[in-house]
Amino acid sequence: MSKLLGSSITKKLVMALAGLFLILFLPVHLGINLLLLKEDPVPFNEAAHFMATFPPIKIFEVILLGTFLIHILWGIILQIQNWMARPSRYRVTNYSQTSFFSKFMIYTGGIVLIFLVIHFINFYLMKLGIVEGDPENFYKEAHDLFQLPGYITFYLVSFVILGFHLHHAFQSAFQTLGWNHKKYTPVIKALGVIYSIFIPLGFFIIPILIYLK
Amino acid sequence: MATLNSKIPDGPIAEKWTNYKAHQKLVNPANKRKLDIIVVGTGLAGASLAASLGELGFKVKVFCYQDSPRRAHSIAAQGGINAAKNYQNDGDTVYRLFYDTVKGGDYRAREANVYRLAEVSNNIIDQCVAQGVPFAREYGGLLANRSFGGALVSRTFYARGQTGQQLLLGAYSALSRQIKKGNVELFTRSEMQDLVLIDGKARGIITRNLITGKLERHFGHTVALATGGYGNVFFLSTNAMGSNGSAAWQAYKKGAFFANPAFVQIHPTCIPVHGDYQSKLTLMSESLRNDGRIWVPKNIEDAEKIRKGEIQPKDIAEEDRDYYLERRYPAFGNLVPRDVASRAAKERCDAGYGVGTGKAVFLDFEDAIKRLGRDAIEARYGNLFQMYEKINDTNPYETPMMIYPAIHYTMGGTWVDYELMSTIPGLFVLGEANFSDHGANRLGASALMQGLADGYFVAPYTIQNYLADEILVPRMSTDLPEFDEAEKAVQDRLNKLISINGKYSVDHFHKKLGHIMWDHVGMARTKEGLEEGIQMIRELKKEFWKELKVPGSLDELNNELEKAGRVADFLEIGELMAMDALNRNESCGGHFREEYKTEEGEALRDDKNYTYVSAWEYKGPDQEPVLHKEPLTFEAIKVQQRNYKK
Amino acid sequence: MDLTLKVWRQKNNKAKGKFVEYKIKNISKDSSFLEMMDILNEQLIEEGVEPVAFDHDCREGICGMCSLYINGRPHGPDEAVTVCQLHMRKFNDGDTIVIEPWRAKAFPLIKDLMVDRSAFDTIIQAGGYVSVNTGGVPDANSIPIERDKAELSMDAAACIGCGACVAACKNASAMLFVSAKVSQLNLLPQGKAEAKLRVEAMVKEMDDLGFGNCTNTGACEAECPKEISLTNIARLNRNFYAAKLS
Repeated sequence: MSKLLGSSITKKLVMALAGLFLILFLPVHLGINLLLLKEDPVPFNEAAHFMATFPPIKIFEVILLGTFLIHILWGIILQIQNWMARPSRYRVTNYSQTSFFSKFMIYTGGIVLIFLVIHFINFYLMKLGIVEGDPENFYKEAHDLFQLPGYITFYLVSFVILGFHLHHAFQSAFQTLGWNHKKYTPVIKALGVIYSIFIPLGFFIIPILIYLK
Repeated sequence: MATLNSKIPDGPIAEKWTNYKAHQKLVNPANKRKLDIIVVGTGLAGASLAASLGELGFKVKVFCYQDSPRRAHSIAAQGGINAAKNYQNDGDTVYRLFYDTVKGGDYRAREANVYRLAEVSNNIIDQCVAQGVPFAREYGGLLANRSFGGALVSRTFYARGQTGQQLLLGAYSALSRQIKKGNVELFTRSEMQDLVLIDGKARGIITRNLITGKLERHFGHTVALATGGYGNVFFLSTNAMGSNGSAAWQAYKKGAFFANPAFVQIHPTCIPVHGDYQSKLTLMSESLRNDGRIWVPKNIEDAEKIRKGEIQPKDIAEEDRDYYLERRYPAFGNLVPRDVASRAAKERCDAGYGVGTGKAVFLDFEDAIKRLGRDAIEARYGNLFQMYEKINDTNPYETPMMIYPAIHYTMGGTWVDYELMSTIPGLFVLGEANFSDHGANRLGASALMQGLADGYFVAPYTIQNYLADEILVPRMSTDLPEFDEAEKAVQDRLNKLISINGKYSVDHFHKKLGHIMWDHVGMARTKEGLEEGIQMIRELKKEFWKELKVPGSLDELNNELEKAGRVADFLEIGELMAMDALNRNESCGGHFREEYKTEEGEALRDDKNYTYVSAWEYKGPDQEPVLHKEPLTFEAIKVQQRNYKK
Repeated sequence: MDLTLKVWRQKNNKAKGKFVEYKIKNISKDSSFLEMMDILNEQLIEEGVEPVAFDHDCREGICGMCSLYINGRPHGPDEAVTVCQLHMRKFNDGDTIVIEPWRAKAFPLIKDLMVDRSAFDTIIQAGGYVSVNTGGVPDANSIPIERDKAELSMDAAACIGCGACVAACKNASAMLFVSAKVSQLNLLPQGKAEAKLRVEAMVKEMDDLGFGNCTNTGACEAECPKEISLTNIARLNRNFYAAKLS
C-alpha cells in the first residue's frame, strides 16, 4: 500500500495539491451561493443549470469529485499511519506550542465530510433524480432548507468547523509544497487566516439572512 | 624489565613523518579484507579512525557505551580547532604551531609527535570542510578564525560555540557511511570490560552489552582505544557523566604503561560549583577570554560585600577592579594558557578576593559590548551566554559572568610510541586516552586537533605498518582459552561488585574520591598532601569493596553496576595520579607543586631532573607500580622558562 | 521544594509498565532536573528499590542523550533546553511532575525512561554524509561559501539528535531531524553532488522505520532544544520534489 502511494512526502504532496484545488473551488461555489440572496431565483438557477450541463464543467465535476475522494482517502491513510507511529500514548497530553487546529484535522475533516454527504444527498442525488425534488429549481430547494432552524444550525456548525480545518490547511499546504520563506510565509499565514474566516462566513451568512427574511 | 622505545624516525623534525610514510609497510587491498580491527570509543579519534580504516577496506568493529556514536563527549568541545593554515596572514607556520604546543605543554611533550600534529593540522581542516562541516565564514565566503589562549596568531577554526559537535558529526557521518557499506560494524551501549592478549599481542576485547547485561567476546588483529580521559576521577568535572578511564586502565593492568597520570588540565572558565547535589561542571568556552576581561575586586572589603550580596559588581568602580591577568601577564593578558589562568584565579580566591561563594571570579563583557555592540557579542557567544543564563539565572549581557577553574582534560594517558602503539604490541591508543602531544598542559583548541589528527591521518598509517606483519594471522576463534579466562575474570569482578551489598551507593564513594582528589591532587599539590591523599584513597578503596551497594542484577540494564565498575577503576587511577604527582618534584603545566615555584609564584620546572615522561608499569594488585622514564630531548626547540608576561 | 513524581517504570521492553509515585523533599531550585533525578535515585537505592533508568551523559545540553517527557512536554517546561539544562526553578513547591519516556514506534522502550533511538543512526547511515574519503580533498578555502548559506547550514547542523521532535509530534514524525541533516549538507557546495540521492535515501529510510507523516503542526520546532526551524522541512520537501522530478 505504502509503496503504491509513494513516500510520506509524496502522500503529503497529493494531500496538499488536492486541498489547494478545493480551496480554489470554494470561492467559486460561494460566488454562486451568494446569488441565493437575490429575490429573483433565475440567476441562481441559471448558474446552477450552467454548472450542471455545460460539458467542460462536467469534466470539472468529475475532477472535483475525484479530488474530494483523494483528499479524504489520503487523509485517512496518513492518519492511520500516524496513529500507528505511536502505539502507546502519553499519559499527559502534549501541550507544545503548535498550529492549534493542526491537532484536529482528521476530526474537523470528518465533520466536514458528514456535511458533504448530506449536501451530496440533498443536491447531487436530487439532480440525478435519486432523491425527490426539483433539480431545475435548486433556488427553491435551498430556500426551503434554510427555513429549518435545525438545518441552519448544522450548516453553521459545519462551516465553523470548515474554518478551523482551513485555518491550518491553507498555510500547511504551502509548507508541504516547500514554500516557506521568512518574508512571504507570514503573508501566506495571514492570507490563510483571512480566507479561513471569510469563506465560511460568506457561506453561512446566506442561510441566516434568508431565514431572517 | 621492558624498555621504552619511542620509535621516533630519523631525520630533521620536519621530515620525520614524511620519511616514516615513505618507508612504512602497507597492506594490499585483498589482505585488508581479511584483517579485523577493533576500535573502542566513537569520539573524534575513534570515529575518524574507524571511518578511515573502513574506507581503506579493513573490517572494523567499533564500540561505544552510549546509545549512538554521536554522543561521545568530543561533542561538547566548544571553542575551536587549531591549524597552521595562516589564512589570516599573521605569521603562522607549522613550526609556530608546533612551537606553541610544546611551549604550552611546558616542554613535557614528545617533540616529534607534536611536530607531526602541527603538520597534519591543515589536512584536518580540509577534510572537515569537504565533509560539510559548517565552519564560521567571513562575508567573502572564506573561513574565519579566532584567537585562543597561548598563541599570538589567530589560527582557531570554529563553528559557533559548537565546534566539537560539528567535527564529531563530520566524523560520525563518515563512520555512518562505512557502516552502511558494511565495512564497519557498530556496537552501541557496549562497554569494554577487558582486553584480551594472545601470545602477548592485543587480540580482542570483552564487552558488556549494557541492555542485556550479557558479556560478549570480540576478536581483532589489532585493538585501538580512543576512550578519552579520566577526568571524572574528580567526580565533578566538565566530562560527561559516563566518561571514564576504565578501558585504558584495563590495558594498563594487561601491561600497557600509563604515562604522566598527574598531568590534568584545570580549565579556568567553568561555571562555579553551587551545591552538594551538583553532578557536573559546565564549561564556558575559552574563546570567551578573547573579549571578556577577568577581574576581582581590588579591595578585600568589596569582595566580602559582593559575596554577601550587599553590592553588585557594577557598583565597583573601574579603578577598584583588579584585572589580575592583565596586571600579571601584560603580553598575553586574559589569553594566558589555561594552567596559568586557573592558578591565578585560585590564588586570588584563596587570598580572599573571590566572589559568589568565594570560589569564583568575574568574566566581564562590559567593555566588549561597549566596543563592538551587543549584537556582535551575541553573534560570537550567543549560545554560551544563553547556556550560562539557563544555569545561573543571571543575564551575562548585564552582569558579569562568574567563573572558576574545573577539571577538564587529562594530558596523561596510556604511553604510546611514535606510532601511537602502547607497550602492548597491537594495542593502539588515540586521542585524549594517550599521553603524547600535550605535555603537561594542553592549549585550547588542540584537543580536537589531536583527536582528528590521530584518527584520520596518523593511526590509519601506523596501524597498517603493524598489520603488514599480521597478514598471515587468520581470524581467531573467540573460544580460545585466553578469551575464556578474560571473560571469567570480568564475570568474577562483576559478581563481586553486585554481591558486596553494603550500605553506600556508588556516587557516595565517587564523591568522596572527588573531594580527596580535588583537595590533595588538585590545582596546588604538596608532598604531604599527596602522601595523605594516597593513604585516603587506599582507605576509601577498601571501604568501597566492603560497603558498596549495587541494586538490580547482572543480566539486565543496570546503571549502578556500570558506574560501580568505573569508580572501582577511578579509585586505582586516582592513586597512581597521586603517586606520579609525588614523584615529580617540580611544577610544570597543570602539575603545580607548592614547593616548586618562583618568587613571583610562577611554576618552576626542573629540567635537569624531570625532562622525562613518567611511564608506570603495573605489577599486580597491591604491588607498587614501577616507574619507567622516557627521556625527552628537544632538538628543534630551545627549552625556556615559559613567559607570558612579555 | 517538595515534589511528587509520577514516573513511568518498566523493567524491560517485554514487561508491562506502570506509573509509580515518589515523594521527594528539599530540592534546591538551583539544581537541574537530572540532579533531582539523581537525588531520587540515591533515595531509592537507600530504600532498596532499583533506581530509575534514564539516559543522560554530557549534562550540558549538547550530547542529545537525555530524553524525558515531562508534564506533557519533551525536555520539560522551558524553551530551547534539554532536560539536563532544565532547572527546578521552573517548578513550584508541591508540584506533581509526570515523567514519561519518549513514545514512538520507531523508538522502542528499553527500560523505565530509556528508549532506543538507533533509528536516527540508521537514517544518517542512509545518506547523512558527504561521500569523501579521508585525504585527497581540496584546500578548505578553495570553495568560498556565501556566509548566509554557511550560517543557515550551521543552524540546521546544530541538531543534537535527541528525538524531542519525534516525541513532541502527534504523529511521531522525524521530519525535523531528517530535514536538519538534509538542509545542512544540501545547502553547502560540498553536499550538492549527492543532494538528490541523499534526500531520497534518507526519506525512504525514515518511512521504512515507521515514523509518522508530517502534518506541519510545528510541535517539533516548538520543542526542539536547538530551535531547528520548520523552514528546514520545507527545504526538505523542495529538495525531495527536485530529486523526484529530475
